[in-house]
Amino acid sequence: MDLLKRQSSVFQLNGKLKAVILIGGPHVGTRFRPLSLELPQPLFPIAGSPWLQHHIEAIVKHPDVREILLIGFYNQSQQMSRFVDDMQRKYGIPIRYLQEYAPLGTAGGIYHFRDQILRGNPRAFFVFNSDVCCDFPVWEMAQFHSNVTGGNGYVILGTEANEQQALSYGCIVEEPSTHKVLHYVEKPETFVSNIINAGGYIFSPDIFQHLTRAFTANYENELIHDAARDSIDLHSSVLTPLAGNGDGGKLYVYKMNSGFWTQVKNAGHAIYANRLYLSLFKERHPEYLATNTPGGHEIYGAVRIHPSAQIDSSAVLGPNVYVGAGVVIGAGARVREAIVLDRAVIQEHSCVLHSIVGWDCVLGAWSRIEGYPSDLNPNDPVAKITSESLFNLDGRLNPSITILGKDSKRVLNWACGFTLPGLRTLFAALDPA
Amino acid sequence: MVYRPCGKNMQSSACLLHSVFNCLSLTAGPLGLAREILEKDAEPFFVLNSDVICSYPFKKMLELHHSHGKEGTIVVTKVEEPSKYGVVVYNPTSGQIDRFVEKPKIFVSNKINAGIYIFSPTVLKRIQVKFMSLEKEVFPFMAQDGQLFAFDLEGFWMDIGQPKDFLRGMALYLSHVRQTSPERLAEGDSFVGNVLVDPSAKIGQGCRIGPSVVIGPNVIIEDGVCLSSSTVLRGARICSHAWVQSSIIGWQSVVGKWVRMESVSVLGEDVIIQDELYVNGARILPHKNITVSSPDPQIIM
Repeated sequence: MDLLKRQSSVFQLNGKLKAVILIGGPHVGTRFRPLSLELPQPLFPIAGSPWLQHHIEAIVKHPDVREILLIGFYNQSQQMSRFVDDMQRKYGIPIRYLQEYAPLGTAGGIYHFRDQILRGNPRAFFVFNSDVCCDFPVWEMAQFHSNVTGGNGYVILGTEANEQQALSYGCIVEEPSTHKVLHYVEKPETFVSNIINAGGYIFSPDIFQHLTRAFTANYENELIHDAARDSIDLHSSVLTPLAGNGDGGKLYVYKMNSGFWTQVKNAGHAIYANRLYLSLFKERHPEYLATNTPGGHEIYGAVRIHPSAQIDSSAVLGPNVYVGAGVVIGAGARVREAIVLDRAVIQEHSCVLHSIVGWDCVLGAWSRIEGYPSDLNPNDPVAKITSESLFNLDGRLNPSITILGKDSKRVLNWACGFTLPGLRTLFAALDPA
Repeated sequence: MVYRPCGKNMQSSACLLHSVFNCLSLTAGPLGLAREILEKDAEPFFVLNSDVICSYPFKKMLELHHSHGKEGTIVVTKVEEPSKYGVVVYNPTSGQIDRFVEKPKIFVSNKINAGIYIFSPTVLKRIQVKFMSLEKEVFPFMAQDGQLFAFDLEGFWMDIGQPKDFLRGMALYLSHVRQTSPERLAEGDSFVGNVLVDPSAKIGQGCRIGPSVVIGPNVIIEDGVCLSSSTVLRGARICSHAWVQSSIIGWQSVVGKWVRMESVSVLGEDVIIQDELYVNGARILPHKNITVSSPDPQIIM
């Protein structure tokens, strides 16, 4: 449906849907630095598309979605407006960025912009967290919302995790026949359930009663500091109280059947997400992926290359590589499991493995940039990526993906398993050990 | 014990005999075993330890030996850390050796036994065929008898028993070649510093070889290889785009594409390093196939 038609029908949204994506702000997601110093985290390119674009693309699969609202605390910027314009044009759907006046927590933004969300009387609206990597099953969620809750309930998207890892997420106890949520607890210390909150929801408009109640309670609580009063947490203020309300309870869980799901908390996870979205492109957008051409550079697996990148015919790329705009890759270079951002130069005979090479970096001839992959246990189908701390108990760096921040110049030797903030020149090997 | 002629040395009329000992005899015993040959005439003979390298100024050594006319001459050399070795105390004018001190705790002298000797056949009277050490059981007595003299070695000397020292010794030897017979060294765009390449070796395009590299017979160096401070032994192959520094690549070994190897890594015979790995200070025993990186120095058996 083209943009004009969708736009004009915003006011006749009766029976239609909206989607809200919570994109956070610079004060959260600090573990994504140094990459998020240049660019808001939700715009970081994963598999060659800005991260948010993957969410938008998943959302527009449902033709009833008539508007997408991005709510966050990032300052309005050229990057943001340009992104929003591009997305509107590409997907033919109105998209707006609503900037919070202060960090309002996971539900405060929804509450604050309730008028925008309810304008045009949508029958329900989706809410998605931006810091997950998932092909959201919007069709199935909307179906479930109509059929199982009668179009009148609140649904959390759930996914399965193993018992140990579930403790790091929001845990959902499901009543198997009705799919109602009996209990919800965020990051418990002991095992509660292996169904975790996948960061997606679909709500009927009357969710705002509960949000209003939470907001008022906040205000009346003298113990909460002024500045924090407007901040509402979705989990504790809404989900936990709504869970298990006997027969009157309207909180349900829809479990994802298949498809990948991962959180992306730090830049190392971005490599993993890169691989997942690239594999999705094999079915959805095979035209994005590079192919082997005779006399050209060798390609293994899923590789996406920006048309303006220049790659020597003796270079070998892939699997799971994204090469950005204006990148130059020299003779005999090898790039595998990596994200190479715009304008970086990888000189001849270099080897880049499990790493993110930042914008404008220059890697000298024969340099080696190698990270440790944060791979999952292949024997556990529901294993999730873990979020380790930067240092272990001995005070040494935990091995991880290597990240070269913007403008790292003349990397002449070997860098392995750590993060180098931008604007540095590396002359000697750096080793976390 | 058997002597086996193993051919004439092409560059001189020396004849090479190879003898095999069927028992452990240390440094003196073998000489006793070779008694028949050594006593054939009254000419003095050289004894060389094979784990050292220097410029071997045989002529000058012989001249000195003849000039003092005694039983033995020991080559001595100056080192930075004499306590690692056996120190030689000798009269600087006459050259007569007074005594030896093994690994002295306090400074005695910085001249040590370089492991190269010349003896007159009369010395064999002091040697029996048994487990016997020249340095401990023969030299001290010769010194007491005033029969031992020192030859002060000029130029480089290196004990090449350890891989790290082997590479240093190799570099020193190559500098020596640069001074004495530079035409033996490789020239061209691909070469930096002192590089010795066997004529049967093949080197690809876009390589950067050197400084201080020795490439043995039938070695193949593929395109885009960066090699420095290393020795590559006969029949080995270094695949494209690899980066090798301070390493010894054993006979018939294969170093895969994009491999990075450094910090005195040593590959034994027929070792394969798979593509894209990182080998840091690993000592790898023969016939191994290495499929994962070795980022910390270790011995791989």
